[in-house]
Amino acid sequence: MSTQTSFVTPAARLQAYASTADLAVSPPSARKASDRVRQAAASRDLRSEPGPIRFIIIALALSFLTIFVVLPLVVVFASAFSKGINAYFAALAEPEALSAIKLTLLVAAISVSLNLVFGVIAAWAIAKFDFTGKTFLITLIDLPFSVSPVISGLVFVLLFGAQGYWGTWLQANNIHILFAVPGIALATIFVTFPFVARSLIPLMQEQGTQEEEAAISLGASGLQTFFRVTLPNIKWGLLYGVLLCNARAMGEFGAVSVVSGHIRGETNTMPLLVEILYNEYQFVASFAIASLLAMLALITLVVKTVLEQRLDEGQTPEGRSE
Amino acid sequence: MIRRILPLVAGLLWASSAFAADYTLLNVSYDPTRELYADFNKAFVAAYSKETGKSVEIKQSHGGSGSQARAVIDGLQADVVTLALAYDIDAIAAKGLVAPEWQKRLSLNASPYTSTIVFLVRKGNPKAIKDWDDLIKPGVQVITPNPKTSGGARWNYLAAWGFAEKKFGSADKAKKFVADLFKNVPVLDTGARGSTVTFVERGVGDVLLAWENEAFLAQREFGKDKFEIVAPPLSILAEPPVAVVDKVADKKGTRAVAEAYLKHWYTKEGQEIAARNSYRPRDSEIAREYEKSFAKVELFTIDDVFGGWTKAQKDHFGEGGIFDQIYKN
Repeated sequence: MSTQTSFVTPAARLQAYASTADLAVSPPSARKASDRVRQAAASRDLRSEPGPIRFIIIALALSFLTIFVVLPLVVVFASAFSKGINAYFAALAEPEALSAIKLTLLVAAISVSLNLVFGVIAAWAIAKFDFTGKTFLITLIDLPFSVSPVISGLVFVLLFGAQGYWGTWLQANNIHILFAVPGIALATIFVTFPFVARSLIPLMQEQGTQEEEAAISLGASGLQTFFRVTLPNIKWGLLYGVLLCNARAMGEFGAVSVVSGHIRGETNTMPLLVEILYNEYQFVASFAIASLLAMLALITLVVKTVLEQRLDEGQTPEGRSE
Repeated sequence: MIRRILPLVAGLLWASSAFAADYTLLNVSYDPTRELYADFNKAFVAAYSKETGKSVEIKQSHGGSGSQARAVIDGLQADVVTLALAYDIDAIAAKGLVAPEWQKRLSLNASPYTSTIVFLVRKGNPKAIKDWDDLIKPGVQVITPNPKTSGGARWNYLAAWGFAEKKFGSADKAKKFVADLFKNVPVLDTGARGSTVTFVERGVGDVLLAWENEAFLAQREFGKDKFEIVAPPLSILAEPPVAVVDKVADKKGTRAVAEAYLKHWYTKEGQEIAARNSYRPRDSEIAREYEKSFAKVELFTIDDVFGGWTKAQKDHFGEGGIFDQIYKN
């Protein structure tokens, strides 16, 4: 059922994995080894393969891409516009759709800004300092990646549900967390927890602490060092993490579905609404919302590509000095 | 970017909260009643404001009946629950949210509309499905949701069981019949609407066991030229009950309007809305008016055959119950 909604999330997750692998701390020896492999590969360039093999490989790659990426995208947009452009915009102007869009933006804004602060602090602590329990902290940060989103949602039901640990107290004080915006935000924060920290740690580790040490020896305070030296160095990596975090926050289905309560026009986010509309045989409306999510994915991709270029430039010594 | 989005979001939220009704009710309901309550809420809001001058806003939440009950138990602030079967409201009552005698508070078992289980088949009925025993023939694929999560599926299961027990005369033979039936089920969705989508949209299966109202809706949405409804000669009287959630309504101060809301079902207007949405009305006058819309089916009740919901739930759908036994094999 989550075929429409899963567009953004698994892709974003893959990108996150790929990027952490790319940026992963590579000790000099490893880097030399990879250089050797690259040189060996270069001497037997793919372009020197015989024509038919080249053709087959390219055709395979292209058809794979078409089937798994292009075709679903085309289907989403084709279904969204199947009854004309007016029906499309009418579907998006429905109060339920507007409320879902609003809620999704609100939840993304809350969870991205909180995770931004948390991610920077965590990455800073991990990359620039040595302390006991560091590996454990890294494992903890990675936890949401390895836990199924449904479980993430259920955890909050167990904590904040009326039958949960704090349920009685919350009910008595009339505080609504579950089945309301706070619960949805909490679940989203949990699943998007690792993105910012994960994209910063390798970058900050590679940059080392020399510049900070220089700043402090010149008399800068801790905060000054952070804002004048550390932050400018990581800005592209930070934006990159925020971008992925945002994509996942807006696209999250499983965890949010568990804590939402599915109240019409109140606690349905866009991915949830896609499923609901689909189950109500409102295919145009369903795919219209899905197309917004798909567009978000496309924008994310473009911005991501730009940021990656900036990141690469930023990592060379010449780029950093500018 | 966030700095630019935040004021925008705040503005939107403020704009939408500017309108506030005198009362807001949350109705937590089961899967196939979406269209029914869209109609009914409109009618009630109009009637209530005409009568009292107060405005009401009614919010809906839909899902599998069992999981909706679970959500209310976990703290979903429902003023009223309108679920697929009494057992699910009993489960809420067991946690003290609803008074234990809830089913006596409104007439007719607190079930203002009823339904039954029918078969939806593809055009021309290619597998010639007429009655329950056609479902266990080899090569017939039956679509039904999971009785563990779906209220509709439990009615499906019990209807099949009731038929078999009557025809073959013993519980053992009924168990064998239902086991054979579930051997013909390729997928178990979690809710009734999910199964309908599986059958109608994805084209899986030869026959869908469905709420009568759900079958009619699918036919309306996709055209009579694609699907036919087959009503078996014998089926179960499904009574989806309604109740005010006392704890929530008292806390929110919405008891009066919540009670008025449920009582509106028992008016001519309410009964007519049920009938229009292919739920069987209780009112004899409206029932006569819509006589032709519903097939003549001999209906047995859950009390007749199974001794009530609590017993049926325990014997059939509880942990290690008969459904678990037959589905394992």
